[in-house]
Amino acid sequence: MNEETIGVTSVQPIQPAAARKHRSGELSFIGFVRKNNALYVMLIPVFLYFITFKYVPLLGSIIAFKDYNIFDGFIKSKWVGFQWFELMYTNPQYVRLVKNTLLISLYQIVFSFPAPIILACLLNEVRQMALKRSVQTVLYLPHFLSWTLVYGLAYMMLSEQSGLVNDMFKGLGLPTFDFLQSPSAFRSVVVSAGIWKEMGWSTIIFLAALSGISPSLYEAAKMDGAGRWKQFQYVTLPGLLPAITILLLLKIGNVMDVGFEQVYIFLSPITYEVGEILDTYAYRLGIMNGQFSITTAIGLFKSVIGFVLLVGANKISKSTTGESLF
Amino acid sequence: MKIKRSMGEKSFDAFNITLLVIMSLLALLPLLHVVAGSFSSNNALIQSRVSFWPVEPTLQQFKYVAANDSFWRAGWMTVKVVVIATTLNMVLTIVGSYPLSKSYLRGRRGIMLFIIFTLVFQAPLIPTYLVVKELHLINSMWALIVPGAISAFNMILCITFFRNLPEELFDAAKVDGMNDYRIVWQIVVPLSKPIMVTLLLFYAVGHWNSYFAPLLYINDRHLQTLQMYIYFLIAAGSSNDIAAAVAGDTGGKLLPKALEMATIVLATTPIVILYPFLQKHFVKGATLGSVKE
Repeated sequence: MNEETIGVTSVQPIQPAAARKHRSGELSFIGFVRKNNALYVMLIPVFLYFITFKYVPLLGSIIAFKDYNIFDGFIKSKWVGFQWFELMYTNPQYVRLVKNTLLISLYQIVFSFPAPIILACLLNEVRQMALKRSVQTVLYLPHFLSWTLVYGLAYMMLSEQSGLVNDMFKGLGLPTFDFLQSPSAFRSVVVSAGIWKEMGWSTIIFLAALSGISPSLYEAAKMDGAGRWKQFQYVTLPGLLPAITILLLLKIGNVMDVGFEQVYIFLSPITYEVGEILDTYAYRLGIMNGQFSITTAIGLFKSVIGFVLLVGANKISKSTTGESLF
Repeated sequence: MKIKRSMGEKSFDAFNITLLVIMSLLALLPLLHVVAGSFSSNNALIQSRVSFWPVEPTLQQFKYVAANDSFWRAGWMTVKVVVIATTLNMVLTIVGSYPLSKSYLRGRRGIMLFIIFTLVFQAPLIPTYLVVKELHLINSMWALIVPGAISAFNMILCITFFRNLPEELFDAAKVDGMNDYRIVWQIVVPLSKPIMVTLLLFYAVGHWNSYFAPLLYINDRHLQTLQMYIYFLIAAGSSNDIAAAVAGDTGGKLLPKALEMATIVLATTPIVILYPFLQKHFVKGATLGSVKE
């Protein structure tokens, strides 16, 4: 059947008049829908899904302005205005949550973001294809492990009583250090684990950008006497810049989204002080303690900040580098 | 002609290769350590004699994990969720993307905006949770499937791919009397292998690895997934379940650590086995959506 239709196309590529017609806008909207009802039927599940699980919850966010209780539901609960938001601004605990979120995010922008770029550039300079392939294969693997497994591995390496690293410290006569339970190390450990898991995988996008750079540019640079460093400086780096800018913009827009799974698995009561972020707090307070309104306010606050940052960063980038998301 | 390489270049190459090899080792060593530990005896583990090679090899801990009902129950639950959820994901994404790939579809712009809007403005956690609760999905396998039935991002990927299929093909099919439903299954899907494989893998790995959704929606221990099982075993430190089973059998001779290692290894095995087959598709998929210029 399939081959048959393809055959028809090649023999007679012109004038499928019946199909062309509805593209030129001769039919009324109702007529179009009636003629192409299958297309709209196929969209019904999509509508149902997005309305139920995206739009209804978005509207449900009004409980951030209400004193929600389960018996009264979304609609009947009492309005309280900005009470929850005011509580957020004034309570030092929330200031701490915002601070933790921003700090971990900043760590990610400073350390996790450039790591794959540097790695991609290094890989790009490797001439031995076999070596390049094997390094890539190994470095992509951690991406496919879940956060629970990554935590398991971190635990086996870093825990104070039985971790391999501390065993080695003991062997060398050094004092042991509890990487997983000490507040001073928490952010570094979480961010490092993120780099371990995603660094290799994130290079893919940059390697693709690198392979898109025209070889003639390198030839020209060589003719002009550019060594490898100069080639990197004047060909490779400018070639990567669009990809870097776009991804950085996205990261800035998601500054408040540090990654629930990544942080929550490493958290323990000892590290709440430095590691509790808005998302994990919303989970603990909202789901486990049923404080629905205040945690929704946190969520809304987060989205608004993210949106404002995204628009702002996009504007700055548009005027300075010419690259933009929208 | 032989390309001359300067001293500086040579030393850079040497440095570069060394650095990359070190990074690869750093990526592998934690895995090797756990594999080594899982095959080592309790004594060797207690005395911290295990680094990257099994010491006094034994399969004891694997036997206990393998004899543990809740481990297999969690594994089976995970397989069920991955299979059902991924199938639903694929069907809905393909069927929904096809109409939206038609530039002549009336109302297309509006519908696209309707979808993209949800990427920019994401609903907070609690209202989403309350909707799932209102639908009585809490503590049911469906809570892990239905709320994630479509990913807007994957759908946009799919639409972009479909748009590049030649419209003449569809015209011809229509002349032959095919309706849109048959076109999707008999023309679009077979012609879109790269995006199909990519979506399949993205969705499946996402479901396999997730622990947030189960944590959020499942309280019943009988319904826990593998990731939750590992979470409770290691992160939450409540390995009672497995430890009790062991104590009953051996008088508590096995270390929790040995069992945790064996569990990690068993839970990672499917991924490591599938990984070589998946890798090339994944690489294709990851660039499919990103480089559009």
